[in-house]
Amino acid sequence: MSSETMSVFSPQLAARFDALVEKYPVRRSALVPMLLYAQDEIGYLSDAAIAEIADRIGITQLDVRDVASYYSMLRFKPVGKFNVQVCTNICCMLRGAYDVFDRFQQELGIGHKGITKDGIFSLEEVECIGVCSWAPAIQVNYEFHDELNPEQVPDLVAQLRARAAKEGTSANA
Amino acid sequence: MPRLVSHPDEVKIISRRFGQGAAAIDKYIELGGYESAKKCLAQGPDWIIAEMKASNLRGRGGAGFPTGMKWSFVPKQSPKPKYVLVNGDESEPGTCKDHLIFLHDPHAVIEGTIIAGLAIGAKMGFIYLRGEYRYLLEIMEKAVADAYARGFLGRNIFGSETEFQIVTQTGAGAYEVGEESALMESLEGKRGIPRIKPPFPAVVGLYGGPTVINNAETIATVPHIITMGGEAYAAVGTPRNGGTRLFCLSGHVERPGVYELPMGYNLKKMIDEVGGGVRGGRKLKAVVPGGSSTPVLLPEEIENLGMDFDQVGKAGSMLGSGGVVVIDDQTCMVEFALRTISFYQHESCGWCIPCREGTDWLKKSLTRFHAGFGTAKDIDNIRYLAENMMGRTFCPLGDAAAMPTLGFVKKFRKEFEDHLNGKPCPFAKRVEVGLV
Repeated sequence: MSSETMSVFSPQLAARFDALVEKYPVRRSALVPMLLYAQDEIGYLSDAAIAEIADRIGITQLDVRDVASYYSMLRFKPVGKFNVQVCTNICCMLRGAYDVFDRFQQELGIGHKGITKDGIFSLEEVECIGVCSWAPAIQVNYEFHDELNPEQVPDLVAQLRARAAKEGTSANA
Repeated sequence: MPRLVSHPDEVKIISRRFGQGAAAIDKYIELGGYESAKKCLAQGPDWIIAEMKASNLRGRGGAGFPTGMKWSFVPKQSPKPKYVLVNGDESEPGTCKDHLIFLHDPHAVIEGTIIAGLAIGAKMGFIYLRGEYRYLLEIMEKAVADAYARGFLGRNIFGSETEFQIVTQTGAGAYEVGEESALMESLEGKRGIPRIKPPFPAVVGLYGGPTVINNAETIATVPHIITMGGEAYAAVGTPRNGGTRLFCLSGHVERPGVYELPMGYNLKKMIDEVGGGVRGGRKLKAVVPGGSSTPVLLPEEIENLGMDFDQVGKAGSMLGSGGVVVIDDQTCMVEFALRTISFYQHESCGWCIPCREGTDWLKKSLTRFHAGFGTAKDIDNIRYLAENMMGRTFCPLGDAAAMPTLGFVKKFRKEFEDHLNGKPCPFAKRVEVGLV
């Protein structure tokens, strides 16, 4: 499929995919990055996105789903515009990650894997995100916030809310 | 943004360029960058491998395999293309060193990859970062593009007849993909499930071709070894443990951070002096010396413990990936064990039964224990389960879950017993672990 034909992705992303499948010795190697970039644009892996990726690589949709279901960052349902991921693995736990997580629950009124009614926030307790020496840490979409304490949570939530008001709530980037 | 720390005992080799803006290619070159790759191009594969062997550099991912030897296993002649694969899927809890390397010195990773390629005769290298490191992927992508623009990568690197290409990409959230054969599966666009060994990757690896897989820190160390010479690098460390490594101090220390210390540095001193001691003047209860899969050590076990692969091995644990997790006396070890095991249960790929079932039962037993409903028999059951996982799985994830479990149960049996019969734990942070 070339970028000119009908695509569920933006022309920029379609063009990027065209290049990506040629970059590797084997087309299928582009699968994991493609799934991630598709999710970045659409917010989750929709049926249409999966169908198009299968088509672009030349494998079955079942193959794509089989692979996608393995990776914990990939999802088949939408999340909030800001997906707040609180690491509670050992290093973060020792430095108060549960308090940070609880404060987010309190501020947002949602629990693990919950989404706020306005669609702005979703919350998740996650495994190690690789910032152990700067714990406790969270990731909001791809953005790291480290050395947090629970008192900083309301401010951070307010900042993100303001950003959502400015940018609109639809896209998950 | 990860904060950089410093201590007078540090020997800065790999972190030499941290905080100096070396992600910009001009700065990297100004600081001596890409000279090692040029030298290697002139000297040839045998010389490179000899230098690497002389350096006593051992794999920084955790296994500690001698890098020079690993490279020498790759057949010189191969009908299939050979590859270099850089493992930056840093996922072992307690480990955040590659994070800093990608952030501050991405060109060192590129230069190391080129040198590894020259050593084994590969024309292509892959740098694979964990999916969460998106901003670091962007830094790496920029660095690779800059290296191409200068002619350091491409069909004729540094104006020679030699070709070397680099592809960067990220995973999408999977601890298991840090295992080398699962990493290759992921890079081939599949589920990250380990392959049966042998054949080893040096013979049959990525796309069936001979492949060298090295940790990102190992690769980023290579240009420095070429600059200072293998023997000089080896002299910094202890016998059979060359050089320095990045230790990630975390947990209950006053000054957590990533410090570059010589191999063999005393662990107690690392905590007390480099890390500023246990936070809030509390007492040390235990240390996890090399990432969450390594068995816990007690204060009396670290008094004279030098942090190199052999000494930590002799002490009954592993140097692992360099993640030193400090635990104070106000910590519930049952909860700590549960949180450790919850991770491995979550990350088990499910391919082999001892790991899939074992981690699940360990988590169930520990959850019950932690909630105060354990029985005396459970302690032995946990031990029995862990012992039966050891060495019975395709990849080391099963061992990674079993080893720390055995450590917790053996060294903190009294604390487990104190949790029996519904006794509440005074130190527990939370009764239920939300992550499933």
